[in-house]
Amino acid sequence: MNAIIGLWRSTIGKKIAMSLTGLLLVGFLISHMISNVLVFVDGASLDLYGAWLRGFGPLLWIPRLILLGAVVIHIAAAYQLSALARAGRGGSYRDHDRPASTYASRTMRWGGVLILVFIIFHILHYTVGIIHPDFRVGEVGRNLVRGMESKPVALFYLVSMIALGAHFLHGIWSVFQTLGINHPTWNRWRRGIAIGLTVLVAGGFASIPAAALLGWLR
Amino acid sequence: MSTMRLTLKVWRQASPEAKGEFRTYPVEADEHMSFLEMLDVVNEGLIAAGEEPIAFDHDCREGICGSCGMMINGKAHGPRAATTACQLHMRSFKDGDHILIEPFRASAFPVIRDLVVDRSSFDRIIQAGGYVSVGTGAAPDGNAILVPKEMAERAMDAAQCIGCGACVAACPNASAMLFTAAKVSHLAMLPQGQPERHRRVLGMVEQMDSEGFGGCTNFAECEAACPKQISIENIARMNRDFLKASLREREETGAGAVSN
Ligand code: HEM
Ligand code: FES
Repeated sequence: MNAIIGLWRSTIGKKIAMSLTGLLLVGFLISHMISNVLVFVDGASLDLYGAWLRGFGPLLWIPRLILLGAVVIHIAAAYQLSALARAGRGGSYRDHDRPASTYASRTMRWGGVLILVFIIFHILHYTVGIIHPDFRVGEVGRNLVRGMESKPVALFYLVSMIALGAHFLHGIWSVFQTLGINHPTWNRWRRGIAIGLTVLVAGGFASIPAAALLGWLR
Repeated sequence: MSTMRLTLKVWRQASPEAKGEFRTYPVEADEHMSFLEMLDVVNEGLIAAGEEPIAFDHDCREGICGSCGMMINGKAHGPRAATTACQLHMRSFKDGDHILIEPFRASAFPVIRDLVVDRSSFDRIIQAGGYVSVGTGAAPDGNAILVPKEMAERAMDAAQCIGCGACVAACPNASAMLFTAAKVSHLAMLPQGQPERHRRVLGMVEQMDSEGFGGCTNFAECEAACPKQISIENIARMNRDFLKASLREREETGAGAVSN
């Protein structure tokens, strides 16, 4: 326990916490994305998947609470590290060239906030159903398609998935560094893994609002 | 020999508490001058005119002491890769250029005067573990401790760090991870560094954090700015060592026990 508290007190420990919670969320999002694209098969297969999940009853709260805990830890560390970084910089430069950092790495903080707003909206939209035009418990496939009929909503989903992709791209690469996985023989795979997972997950998710906007979702 | 006319915009700050501002100075420089020699020329003019010369830090002027850091057109040590400000030559600029010169900025590097900052926070990080303890007495036999060549070279790559602070200056978070990682790695890769390996990384990271540097976001700006091209591979190695040490160090070792 002392070791965990000691780790959390350090900037490196907070980053390790972010990388482990981030990885957990990545794992969840891979499975969530795969189940979502079932909508392209047909609505009924999504309903079946939903029914299977609800079959776990109250047990479903175990993974839910673990995910919620991961999000809370991830954001708490992000918030504290951002504050430390701002304080560490002190004054700002008149001119500061940043040739090495990427668009993805520079948008981690605000992109993360957008993802948080998205997560809250998304849960109210499709899980709780209170900002859905016509929510019916258990009719997962139909709810998904109906919910995407609004163009602004589909557009918001699409933009959020682009933000998620950027966050993934830097986050997954960053995990290798944070956890000390750096070896000249394997390093050239790190970008590839980050790009591959980003395209797979963010692309998979984004395909749904994109299809809705193009009128292909029914 | 060709001369060039340049316009410098330099940060002037009379004391740590003073507000500070940019002031503009025209200068005529030779392309073979080093950047610091060009500043010497400006200062000679200022002194002749009865004004305060621009304070900047320097010592070796051959790229090994690490004192000459400053931001030149938004880049730590200026536009040339793997080059300290003192080793930068005016041929990297062209006639008519405007050059913006600022001190390194970080809360842990307070400005003392003009371009001179106080980097003693780095010294305190070194004091927190950047050393090996050796027994006094007769000199040990040469080659009594074998170091594989390849390891020696990698340790030397990390030991190249001259502690100039460019990594902190370039990092958007003002993080000192590259500096600390270079020092931790250099000793972690050598047999002489093993007995204190865990205590070293814990102590140095704790000191680094307490000096008020920001954390690492893996922007990699430090690696791009480093005049000695220290790799962020060292940061990954330090993170690994820090995690291992945190989980394995027995609590309150205080007196220097090393766990295994
Ligand atoms: C909910 C709001 C979120 C916020 C405010 C947020 C913020 C951040 C910030 C500031 C970083 C640090 C960037 C860095 O230091 O490199 C980060 C890293 C990361 N994020 Fe998020 N994030 C959020 C959600 C997510 C989600 C949903 C995932 C899962 C896909 C995720 C995965 C990651 C990963 C894997 C990292 C890399 C950790 C590392 O550097 O090792 N984040 N996040
Ligand atoms: S003056 Fe010594 S490194 Fe530049």
